[in-house]
Amino acid sequence: MYVADSRATRPSAENAVRPPAGRPPATGRPSATGRRRAALAPTVLALGTVSLVTDVSSEMVTAVLPLYLVTGLGLSPLGFGLLDGVYNGFSALVRLLGGHLADRGGGRHKWVAGFGYAVSAACKPLLLLAHTLTPIGLILAADRTGKGLRTAPRDALISLSSTPETRGRAFGVHRAMDTAGALFGPLVAFLILRATVDGYDAVFTVSFCVAVAGVLVLVLFVPGSPAGGTRGSRTTGTEGSQTAGTGGSQTAGNRSSQGTDRPTLRAAVRLLRHRHLSRIALCALLLGLATVSDSFVYLLLQRRLGVSDRWFALLPLGTAAAFLLLAVPLGRLADRVGRWTVFLAGHGALLLAYAFLLTSWHGTALPYAVLALHGGFYAATDGVLMAAASDGVPEALRSSGLAVVQTGQALARFACSLLFGAAWTVWGDRAALAGATVALAACAAFSLTLALRPKGPGPA
Amino acid sequence: MTVRTRVLILVSALAVLAAVGLASVLHASARADRRDHVQAGGPKVTPGPVTLTAPGRMVFRNLAWGPHRDELTSTPASTPSAPRTASGVKCLRFYAASGTGVCLQAVHGPVSDTYRALILDARLRTRARYDVPGIPSRARVSPTGRFAAWTAFVGGDSYAGTNFSTRAAIVDTRTGALIPSLEAFRILKDGHAYHSADANFWGVTFAADDRTFYATLATKGRTYLVRGDLRARTVTTLHANVECPSLSPDGTRVAYKKRVPGLPKDAPWRLYVLDLRTLRETPLAERRSVDDQAVWKDARTLVYSLPGDYGADLYEVPADGTGTGRRISTAAVSPAYLD
Repeated sequence: MYVADSRATRPSAENAVRPPAGRPPATGRPSATGRRRAALAPTVLALGTVSLVTDVSSEMVTAVLPLYLVTGLGLSPLGFGLLDGVYNGFSALVRLLGGHLADRGGGRHKWVAGFGYAVSAACKPLLLLAHTLTPIGLILAADRTGKGLRTAPRDALISLSSTPETRGRAFGVHRAMDTAGALFGPLVAFLILRATVDGYDAVFTVSFCVAVAGVLVLVLFVPGSPAGGTRGSRTTGTEGSQTAGTGGSQTAGNRSSQGTDRPTLRAAVRLLRHRHLSRIALCALLLGLATVSDSFVYLLLQRRLGVSDRWFALLPLGTAAAFLLLAVPLGRLADRVGRWTVFLAGHGALLLAYAFLLTSWHGTALPYAVLALHGGFYAATDGVLMAAASDGVPEALRSSGLAVVQTGQALARFACSLLFGAAWTVWGDRAALAGATVALAACAAFSLTLALRPKGPGPA
Repeated sequence: MTVRTRVLILVSALAVLAAVGLASVLHASARADRRDHVQAGGPKVTPGPVTLTAPGRMVFRNLAWGPHRDELTSTPASTPSAPRTASGVKCLRFYAASGTGVCLQAVHGPVSDTYRALILDARLRTRARYDVPGIPSRARVSPTGRFAAWTAFVGGDSYAGTNFSTRAAIVDTRTGALIPSLEAFRILKDGHAYHSADANFWGVTFAADDRTFYATLATKGRTYLVRGDLRARTVTTLHANVECPSLSPDGTRVAYKKRVPGLPKDAPWRLYVLDLRTLRETPLAERRSVDDQAVWKDARTLVYSLPGDYGADLYEVPADGTGTGRRISTAAVSPAYLD
């Protein structure tokens, strides 16, 4: 529904970033205070590679699924939502579960994430066996469950294996690789279809092989316990001094990480009492409530411009391309000028995109401007939010904390989709968008006041 | 484990995975060769002239394996199992009336397939081309040959979505004017103007007056038979739970697939005929789920496709609810009866 959701767990390959072959995996580097641009942690590159490869695999399937259902199986895809709204709620719970399980037992992030990747990989060959809609729907649900399980532990691993001052960049690199895989997957799938006759079985088989490769990279090149990799190399004192600007909430986070925060469910719930995290979660939730689903954005763009259906399918690629190009620079910017600033600026970009859609300007540049802003919005918010949230969550609860923020955001966006769809039906597209724009402006203003308060969530 | 060991494991695993992937691709591409070979016992197909003005013949897409797979072929309508004459024109979906044909084709691009609709003259020469926005589903031509319509599945409005919508287009073959989507028409539902972002249309069928048509409207999870007016650009709901209507030659009845409660989700339909004056529904004798826009062979008989060994076979059933469904042709789909 949102590009960042759909991409969140797929592997992607990016030319600019080379996989960590031949380099010892694990271990965030010690924070070198003198060097501004330190090397990226091999773990981040390994996870980026895993996501890239997995995204190629899952986007292959997603891209051919409609064609497969209609021409391969002769099924009429109308009338059944293969993954309906109810499932969105379930997948949010799975995400929380994944986060909690990963934190228990002293940080099993790798294994919970690995299990999630493995579940999704196992779904691919099952598609070869299923020929009716119900089992296909169940397989897709299992695939999404695997994705839900692995997201929070994976993000926790990224945050634990990078130093606080490079976290924005680490997430940026990961998201860029992720998105690259998502762009690459459909290409591979259609090349296979081109080379074969009704080669859906080949697409699913290759997708499975690619997914297995992703799991293997994870198992072989991502260190098992982030404690060995990062805790040893990063003292509380360093973290405190690097994020001095955050004030009390950060200190509270660190203090608790030194002992009291055993990764129990209760501790996970108690996380929301950390002022830093609760404010971030609140802002993510409020802003999520005003974040219109991608498909509505594309539909609005199509209506405004009369984009032909043929080009319509390419609109999401525009967003993904902007996301891919901007994720790293904006992540680095977030490290420099503050994650919260970039996060809010990203919503400013989204606001601007809405405004463009509302104006009567019909220029040829409109779709480019809107898609660039839309992709920029994701680049400035998706990984950056995780980086910002990481600052306020003790290491022992990192997965749970990130899962809480992600879940809040996902549920808010889901609610927004429902509300927006209803408003669209009742009042029409422009009025609905105008409403969303006002809501977004209000939520952004509120978040800004939170950030400006002396003890607000304004981590560097 | 040393890094060297890990890399070694990864490289060898990648080699195995690559081999499996490659084998599956090769296996699937070898299918092309198999399908180019005529199957023993299948229908006999020979190349020859096919026209859309040959009374007593039927034209359809041939699915039998061999060099003429997917081509438009013709046989005598009275003996559909007779040897087929293949035209060389490949279509996914096809229909024809009064010497005008509509052929929905796949165009193999460098990356992905696109689709287009061809308007064909009586000798199957292309007179016009239109882009089709998704996977073609239904095709029709008005009885006079003036209007043509098609429906496509537009896969997901989101890049990663599995939600579908349909787009039904109508073209005036005389002027070339295209209505890309019936969503542009005003909807009158139960006497009131109706607006909904989720309105979807499919399965257009034309009346002989070149103004009236019927189609399916889906909104809020329900389907309706609508009567459309090409001049007023309106559609009016007539009856609920009607999909893929097909107007009888005399314009008084509509054959359609009805979603019957209690049937499996994958095979939910039964063929029905609706009397447009009385709105009385008559279930037909075919006991299987039919996912097709049926064709009236004559005023009393309906022809439709069901899945078969080579994709689909053609069946016929009386339009009054009597008799039984009977297979008339194997490896065939999208028939048009010429008169």
